[in-house]
Amino acid sequence: MVKAFLGLSVTWKRFWETYTDDISWMVRGKKRYNSPEGIAHRSSKDTKGIFTIQYPEEQLLQPEEFRYVPFLVYDEGEEGKKEVRCTSCGICAKVCPPQCIWIVRTNDPSTGRPVPVPTDFYIDMDICMNCGFCAEYCPFDAIKMDHDFDIASYERNVYNLNKLLKPASYYNSIRPENAAREDEARRAKEALKAAKAEAKPAAA
Amino acid sequence: MAAPASTQTVDLVAKFPDSVTADARPGYTGFIVKKENLVEVATAIRDEFGYDLLTAATGVDYIAENKMEMVYHAYKTTGGAGLIFRVQVDRVDPVEIPSLVSVWAGVDFQEREAYDLLGIRFTNHPDLRRILMWEGYEGHPLRKDWKEPFFEEEAKPFKSRWPDGQHTFAENKNPFRDNLNFPEGFDPEAYKPENEDDLYASLERFRSKGDDDRLKTDHIVVNMGPHHPSTHGVLRVAVTLDGETITGLKPVMGYLHRNHDKIGERNTYLQIIPYTDRLDYFNSMSNNFGYVTTIEKLMNIKVAERAEYIRVIMAELSRVQNHLIFIGMLMNDLGTMYTPSLYAFEERELILDIFEAVSGARMMCNYFRFGGVVRDLPDFALQKIKDLVLERLPAKTDEMERFLNENEVLVARLKGIHVLNAEDAIKYSVTGPVLRAAGVPYDLRRADPYSIYDRFDFDVAVRHNGDMMDNYLIRFDEIRQSLRILEQALKQIPEGPFNSQKPAYQVRVPAGEAYGRIESPKGELGFYVISNGKPNPYRYHVRPASFVNLQAVESMCIGTKIADFVALLAMFDIVMGELDR
Repeated sequence: MVKAFLGLSVTWKRFWETYTDDISWMVRGKKRYNSPEGIAHRSSKDTKGIFTIQYPEEQLLQPEEFRYVPFLVYDEGEEGKKEVRCTSCGICAKVCPPQCIWIVRTNDPSTGRPVPVPTDFYIDMDICMNCGFCAEYCPFDAIKMDHDFDIASYERNVYNLNKLLKPASYYNSIRPENAAREDEARRAKEALKAAKAEAKPAAA
Repeated sequence: MAAPASTQTVDLVAKFPDSVTADARPGYTGFIVKKENLVEVATAIRDEFGYDLLTAATGVDYIAENKMEMVYHAYKTTGGAGLIFRVQVDRVDPVEIPSLVSVWAGVDFQEREAYDLLGIRFTNHPDLRRILMWEGYEGHPLRKDWKEPFFEEEAKPFKSRWPDGQHTFAENKNPFRDNLNFPEGFDPEAYKPENEDDLYASLERFRSKGDDDRLKTDHIVVNMGPHHPSTHGVLRVAVTLDGETITGLKPVMGYLHRNHDKIGERNTYLQIIPYTDRLDYFNSMSNNFGYVTTIEKLMNIKVAERAEYIRVIMAELSRVQNHLIFIGMLMNDLGTMYTPSLYAFEERELILDIFEAVSGARMMCNYFRFGGVVRDLPDFALQKIKDLVLERLPAKTDEMERFLNENEVLVARLKGIHVLNAEDAIKYSVTGPVLRAAGVPYDLRRADPYSIYDRFDFDVAVRHNGDMMDNYLIRFDEIRQSLRILEQALKQIPEGPFNSQKPAYQVRVPAGEAYGRIESPKGELGFYVISNGKPNPYRYHVRPASFVNLQAVESMCIGTKIADFVALLAMFDIVMGELDR
């Protein structure tokens, strides 16, 4: 009999905390709901009381590494020119486990040799399994995983180059730490290249 | 990394000079047994050499050599390295190999699987029917000359994707009917599904003959599932009932079958990792762990020190959340709708938050790579793990126990019901918590340590009654032990690189075979991989814990009430993603 009440005390405690926690937030004049602070609290080790996030009014805070379908990054050049980072090397298409990436490489019509820019680029988003391999193994930081997960639609979702392209500023906003680290690495690489190019004529 | 298990600890050749030869192929170990002497040799392996637990049995189609092979992995429940023995027969139909069900009853489902997917017929098997594909299915999908609908190429990456990758839908290029194989004279329009006489006939052997002096009543057949709230997915169980008492029971599976093995054989080694996430989808971290350790064995590479710790931390966190969910879902099946399971989900969400922060996804983590992990464990995530492991989870585990353990209804439903004794558990190749609750302290983290588990101080959770109450309580014990391991791992984790290899989208795997196994929360999760030096595996096989454990259900349930069966299914902690593959 006593033990039954011991079990019930757990439910009772949880019930009680549901209200006390709300009240204590109210007394402190803070918002427990619909505020980033409140959502962060509800996903922390100290959470008690109501735990749920009222989607879609509220959304869980996405960690930087959160990944959902890929997109292509372009740098914004002068006069709004889109400088696509992709060189159509095909590594993402080769590493893709469900093989949902299709790339058309551009060939120079006069020489017939490949030009490092894709003519078209398709990703079948219905097949994509969000593994993130393409972003992981891309040597040019050209394909990255997105944060935008609300892409349900009534049609089949085959994205072409136009639909896949997003500016580098967007990428920097969703993954600031990663972007900063990659930019740093790229700059270092370019500096090394420049130094080598400089050293060459000197040696000659 | 654990040293590759040496199999030459026993000299089988000396004992059977006429019927056993050592496997001399490079990269292979073990013994080749003549087909005629298989049962005799297997009995000796079990009785004289003491290999009482047959964990994995799988077929391989060597089409170039025109051979079919059956590979068996036997282990001792006292621990240590295993014994690999195999049978080779000509690849001419009917391919026949004697069944080992009379030696290890636990080989039943795996032989049926080999029959189903590879077309190896097992003579003297008591119930040789298809298990994953449906009765009436034409062909054996794991044979190397079998091609799936929408077949494009033997191996990925497909040539159509680059450099001239004009997008087309698979069904346009390859109309659905064009590469389906129908039996001779088969008319799909006129096809009427055969009634499942075979299935129900297999239940017949349990039917009481009505020779006692009780009232003669008819037995009724009840199909639980494939859509039944208690079957945790699309498992179907055909049950014959005498009133409320079960007189015969057969699990029917395959409703979620997608031929994970075949997909794996088309993939490159790296591409398999995200697919393993989808096996036991509660524990993608454990699945990754099992797969990468197997390939690392083949590649013979060392794992970065920090990565070893990260791996153990992730795998143990995964175990904690799995067992919490287990408890919640068991309660759900017993009728305590929602309250305990939602309490369990709360802690699980917090653990999944960590997975999401480090790997990018809550469930389909895809976090492990050969030689390490994808990315380092960031400091804030490490802090969060510490907060959970040191403060919150121990308290919440205690609270859960306070909440449920003494509950009168729960005790009445679980105590003394469905007792599985140690002998039967071993006989049916049951592994994991269910085996340990039956009194066998067999935990791969101790019995055959992999990764760095030999560095941690923890006890193998074991209980001795083997009833459902013990099965329930042992989950709490395991959570506590996992928290103990986590505490030590968090203290010891060193700084350093998180991967010993350079990132490469294609890895070179030397030719040979490897069987890697880990203690997943559900039992032994094994991966059997054969490499022939090409970018994709020649044979890739998963030995799932849920699938093999389920074999014990049949004999446990005869004579018990159907309502208890619902609890038993929950107790085995089956997950269909892993069971059906």
